[in-house]
Amino acid sequence: MTSRREFIKITALGVGAIAAGTGMYKAGRFFALPDKPGKVDPDLTRTPTYCEVCFWKCAGWVYKNPEGRIWKITGNEEDQHCNGRFCPRGTGGVGMYYDGDRLKNPLIRVEERGKQVFREASWDEALEHVAGKMKNIASKYGPESIALFTHGSGSANFTTLVKAFGSGNIAEPSYAQCRGPRDEAFFATFGEEVYSPEVTDIRDTKCLVLIGSHIGENMHNGQIQEMSDAIDKGTTIITVDPRFSTAAGKSKYWLPIKPSTDLALLLSWTHEIIYNEYYDRKYVEKYCTGFDKLKEHVKDFTPEWAYGITTLKPDLIRKTAREMANASPAVLVHPGRHVTWYGDDTQRIRAIAILNALLGSWGRRGGFYRPAKFSLAQPDIPKFSEPARLAQDLFPGKYPVASSAVSNALIDATIPENNPGYPIKGWIVNATNLLSTIPNIPNTLKAIQNLDLLVAVDTMPMEITGWADVVLPECTYLERYDALRVAPHRKPAIALRMPAAEPMNNSKPGYWITRELSKKLGLASYFPFEKQEDLLDWQLKKAGTSLEEMKKSGVKTFEREQDDLYFAEDENVVFPTDSGKIELYSGYFEQLGFDPLPKYYPHEEPPEGFYRLIYGRAPMHTFGRTTNNPNLADLMDENCVWVNPKVANEWGLKTDQLVWLKNQDDAVTDFPVKVRVTERIRWDSVYIVHGFGHTGKQLSRAYGKGASDTRLITRVLVDPVMGGTGMRGNFVTFLTREPGKEVAS
Amino acid sequence: MRYAMAVDTKKCVGCSDCVVACQTENNVPIGFCRDWVVETMAGSYPQLEIEIRSERCNHCANAPCVRCCPTGASHFDTGGIILVKQNKCIGCGACIASCPYDARYPHPDGYVDKCTFCVQRIRNGMPPACAAVCPTKCIYFGDLDDPNSDVSLVLKKRKFKTLIPEAGTDPKLYFLI
Ligand code: SF4
Repeated sequence: MTSRREFIKITALGVGAIAAGTGMYKAGRFFALPDKPGKVDPDLTRTPTYCEVCFWKCAGWVYKNPEGRIWKITGNEEDQHCNGRFCPRGTGGVGMYYDGDRLKNPLIRVEERGKQVFREASWDEALEHVAGKMKNIASKYGPESIALFTHGSGSANFTTLVKAFGSGNIAEPSYAQCRGPRDEAFFATFGEEVYSPEVTDIRDTKCLVLIGSHIGENMHNGQIQEMSDAIDKGTTIITVDPRFSTAAGKSKYWLPIKPSTDLALLLSWTHEIIYNEYYDRKYVEKYCTGFDKLKEHVKDFTPEWAYGITTLKPDLIRKTAREMANASPAVLVHPGRHVTWYGDDTQRIRAIAILNALLGSWGRRGGFYRPAKFSLAQPDIPKFSEPARLAQDLFPGKYPVASSAVSNALIDATIPENNPGYPIKGWIVNATNLLSTIPNIPNTLKAIQNLDLLVAVDTMPMEITGWADVVLPECTYLERYDALRVAPHRKPAIALRMPAAEPMNNSKPGYWITRELSKKLGLASYFPFEKQEDLLDWQLKKAGTSLEEMKKSGVKTFEREQDDLYFAEDENVVFPTDSGKIELYSGYFEQLGFDPLPKYYPHEEPPEGFYRLIYGRAPMHTFGRTTNNPNLADLMDENCVWVNPKVANEWGLKTDQLVWLKNQDDAVTDFPVKVRVTERIRWDSVYIVHGFGHTGKQLSRAYGKGASDTRLITRVLVDPVMGGTGMRGNFVTFLTREPGKEVAS
Repeated sequence: MRYAMAVDTKKCVGCSDCVVACQTENNVPIGFCRDWVVETMAGSYPQLEIEIRSERCNHCANAPCVRCCPTGASHFDTGGIILVKQNKCIGCGACIASCPYDARYPHPDGYVDKCTFCVQRIRNGMPPACAAVCPTKCIYFGDLDDPNSDVSLVLKKRKFKTLIPEAGTDPKLYFLI
């Protein structure tokens, strides 16, 4: 296999410099030291935190150097999320603190929206301004006309504020742009979701099946650690991906599927498992309903049928089905995480859930474990009044299964011509860059023009902050206390985040921001503790520990109340579904007019000369939020477009050549992007890493670097079940000259 | 005592955590690195193979950089680790040119820098920062003269290779294959 070789130095830094000439290192790549470094308590050599670079929330330690400045971050050995090892993003989290481009002062817009002309304001003035506008909106349209878009650990504070204000329009893009279909599909099948961190027992699995899920490029820490242990133990890994992902490179079987046909493969595997009697008969009889209907439903979905759709050889489909059966119940058909692909995503994940049920992996070692979560005492605050109008009333009858507000529906409701049930007039956007997160950027911008108030809370000048009326600079996770981490895991646990340094510049913690705002809105009783740390100490004392103790340990792990990580032999499990059983056939979906059993419907294919746009993750970045981080930009500062050599040949493209990408609706990338000619991608698709191509000039490292996939996702395939935004139905072609200059005059 | 490191290419995912952990641990200025990741791919769709390696100074037993250093700044230290005495280094770059692995870079403060196996950590009984952080646990470190060290044990169990063996440098960085 020497014919086609490709060699890439992923981190192409710093080597051979003298030989290569000295022009290689630009002074600009050195640390820009912050204007006003915060003071640090030199007595504390290390302080606990949990990471906020992604949302796996690993607990770790922040170390300071002898000068008392933040030096490095490492994992906490006691923590189940990370086992003492942070991922590259978490290790590079120091760059979030040191980034010289951070927001420094509250800003109030002085010119037309989007022109990015602001003046600096005091916190008091900025918050007064926000409170005044919020009250105006409430008196004119009702408090429900305020919507909150939020992400990350600061969400708790902003959610309390907005609920207290009287609105339930609180959306996390991690639902409808990411995990929502998965959560609803598992909920419909097992009555329970898979949580974050996922309750996937990768550590003990004998067969791991990844469907488009690229662990290893997606660095969710616990999963990659457990996958690596699994590789050591010789676990069979089956990866389904049109791209030869890193995980595919570690797999016994790689299924190079034609994109958008996963559901056909899943149905065919289901066929094989049922008709060869590979399924866990005892488990299915005891715990499942709807087996006969399922059996009848998949009767014709043979591997030969699937071959015609997926291009996967029938033999490969048979072999991999047998591998799963041999490992059963220690087999894990991974539910994925970012699953909003084609608009039938809830149904696709239902097929995954059904497969796991047939293999008996739910509640079993090597499949899915039962999570344990620590519950904290909650302070006495007034009851939230029930909002007069709910998110569902914006578009009655739409997305009936959605269990939380759908961010794209809130955005659509902000545009009056969509005839929403009631107007949305104010947005509070906390720690999420909606212009990178939500597909169809022109639609989001149109919505923004109809707002009376747009408040952006962030640590960085992201694209969304450029459109805000008021910008509130939050300090980073390294400079603040936050809610205690009580995420579900194998054992119940609490983790503490405390500041390692004082907030830099004039930035403030989210708790302080929301509490001050609550005072101006007459809602102070919802924030009874003056400081977040007082609340934490109160909660920790109720939990039998204290803030002082937690400052020393960072993490406290408890034993499970019962030894019930997995179902006991013959345990009578009552599932929290309508029937109390695992619902292979979903009566719930049927009632609502959706397919009770997943069906395969063909998706549109790329037109001649166009390629399906597939996007994904690089291990050193979390979406667009890290691409300006000095440490992480140093590891990867631009993306490139992966092109199969056959396609490159047709177009005459070479590696490192700059091209612009144009989609089926004539949307073009803002900047050119480098081509990477590689056998690792199918000829009918191209691939780019999400999060690049920032258009905000204040992001000095990320501005203009690479291409934004979001810019090219103008066609959104909305999941009718729960409102998820399917983003893989866009097709792109190459422009080899700068747009507008293609035709020589 | 002979310090050595082995990197498991079957587990490494090329995430570059080793790079950033080294940079923060050792205050390597941004824009430079002491370790890096290389990925090689062979075959054609869909018959493909990739190998991913975390690379750094090989701490060669027969080190051209030490041989060519005019001031003795590059030297063998305890356990065969190759170190650069910053105050003796004149930044002439001969060692950079002589290293077959491109492992050295000119530090902006005027001396040549490279991987030290985190000498400040290993002297205190801690593994190098890259080995300590790696989420895939693909980096094994220890003393080849101790048959029970992590590195000795894994080299006994697994097939391995070194890079550019024809250079005759006798590297102490092994890749498990
Ligand atoms: S997986 Fe990485 S980025 Fe995410 S919380 Fe853990 S260390 Fe941080």
